[in-house]
Amino acid sequence: MAHDVTTTGTGNTELVRVATSESRFARYGLIGTALCFVALFLVLPLAAVFTEAMRNGPGEFLTVLSDPETFAAIELTLLVAVIAVPLNLVFGIAAAWAIAKFEFKGKAFLTTLIDLPFSVSPVISGLVFVLLFGSHSLLGPWLQSHGIQILFAVPGIVLATVFVTFPFVARELIPLMQEQGTSDEEAALSLGASGWQTFWYVTLPNIKWGLLYGVLLCNARAMGEFGAVSVVSGHIRGLTNTMPLQVEILYNEYNFVAAFAVATLLALLALVTLVLKSLLEMKYSEQIAASRRH
Amino acid sequence: MEVRVQNIRKEFGRFPALNDVSLDIRSGELIALLGPSGSGKTTLLRLIAGLESPTEGTVYFGNEDASRKTVQQRNIGFVFQHYALFRHMTVLDNVSFGLTIRPSGRRPAKADIRKRALELLDLVQLSGLEKRYPAQLSGGQRQRVALARAMAVEPNVLLLDEPFGALDAQVRKELRRWLREIHDRTGHTTVFVTHDQDEALELADRVVVMSKGQIEQIGTPDEIYDTPNSPFVFGFIGESNILPVRVENGQLWIGDRSIGVSAQGEADGPGQLYFRPHDIELLDSSDGCITGLVTVTRRVAGTRHVELDIDAAHSKVEIELPPEKVTSDHSRIAFRPTRWKLFRD
Repeated sequence: MAHDVTTTGTGNTELVRVATSESRFARYGLIGTALCFVALFLVLPLAAVFTEAMRNGPGEFLTVLSDPETFAAIELTLLVAVIAVPLNLVFGIAAAWAIAKFEFKGKAFLTTLIDLPFSVSPVISGLVFVLLFGSHSLLGPWLQSHGIQILFAVPGIVLATVFVTFPFVARELIPLMQEQGTSDEEAALSLGASGWQTFWYVTLPNIKWGLLYGVLLCNARAMGEFGAVSVVSGHIRGLTNTMPLQVEILYNEYNFVAAFAVATLLALLALVTLVLKSLLEMKYSEQIAASRRH
Repeated sequence: MEVRVQNIRKEFGRFPALNDVSLDIRSGELIALLGPSGSGKTTLLRLIAGLESPTEGTVYFGNEDASRKTVQQRNIGFVFQHYALFRHMTVLDNVSFGLTIRPSGRRPAKADIRKRALELLDLVQLSGLEKRYPAQLSGGQRQRVALARAMAVEPNVLLLDEPFGALDAQVRKELRRWLREIHDRTGHTTVFVTHDQDEALELADRVVVMSKGQIEQIGTPDEIYDTPNSPFVFGFIGESNILPVRVENGQLWIGDRSIGVSAQGEADGPGQLYFRPHDIELLDSSDGCITGLVTVTRRVAGTRHVELDIDAAHSKVEIELPPEKVTSDHSRIAFRPTRWKLFRD
């Protein structure tokens, strides 16, 4: 046993445990409990999704995915992510930059505001937009008379997604940027760099790993968001259904193979995100550690 | 370049960090801003750099008013206590940074930038480490890279904020001498901030002692140490003793005894006598001297430190004696300060 220290005294061997280790019983008990938990709540459901999707063979799996409505849902999900993630990338950097590097009145309030989408139920986030843009709202009649459709259309879905995924990038960056302080930027400025050069050559490289991580999480959520999107989408088949909404519809129609096939794609997205994240962390662990050190 | 600070006032919120500070820095001089934390020395340095802007007052670079110039336009070199090296760049890229980001009109050719950076690395004795990243260097090496980076832009003035503050004592001493050498070789006007008096006194041509947002005294290290002009400077620099005394007929008195020190021209009344532990002479007689009871003796390297209870003044002093002079506890010692200063309330 690596953690046991053997002392040979008067001939009989006595085992003295290292202070921070536990008895064999406790160790295996704890490890077993954790493994059971992971198997029951993570591995098993995931496996079920994949087996259900493949129940009738890979041929059918591909057929249901090429269904026009399902295909439209995949397209819409990608479109929403392509718009929402870059927007939140820019908002997130701007917000984190402001909060971490400057002192101003209402900073605590702004920090709280950024957390708001995390603290309210996604359904409420969706309802906010219904109240704002719906036909009985203040803006509704004006939008209608100008022929602008926000609710039950792509703009509404994008807005709701942006709202729900707003905190990811900012939350990831704020502590990192606060820890790094402002002296790197001051050094660059003192050497004659403009504000933009300082941001591009100094600030951005210092936060790139945190930023990438935030973007990955933001993207995963943007593609997987259900609650808020469900409220504003209107569930118009082939038009305003994203992948999570499509899964629900198919499931409710007892079309299990198709439902699980789409679910597989979403689950794959999650797995790919996790693998990417781990790969990044493995490959650049030194740089990541260095960017957190000062 | 000559730098003049004129009647600078700086407030953070409503807290005054600097109050009417004026300072002339001569071209090519190595000058230290010395003071306890909160004395405003770093604020003054950052104001010269342009990293802060004054509430009132003017900073001149040569004859030019630099107050309205940004930090970029002032062309200064700034070295930070915690190095602030760009951690994702190699040592060479760090040193080249100030030149590479110049607009194309003023930017030297790539090969020239590289040559200049390598020369500077040679100057700071880091040749061969140009491909390393900051995380792969020791603290002392990092600070030398930071200095090379600051010098690369040919700054008007070099500003160093507690440059050795984060290093351990041994490295600190080494770098101190090394900085002096670099300064003598390159001749940059240099201002550095420190709270370490040994550093200031050993390194600087002139020392500016600051306290509570004001300049207490400006002078050469000798002047600062030998003729402090305020109780603060006397107490802050080196070791000092304070005894309450009385002036009477041009003589200093403790209790009912004259201590044999004449203060011609001083008005009668109470005062504080300041003297250093080593500026004393031992006396045999008991007339015209200060007498005290030995309470503790300590041998520190080449001197013997003796603590005395001066009962007549109800206070304690510490004096330094040669180590061969052995004193026993509770014995009485008579001495007289040879170099002293009287401060009146």
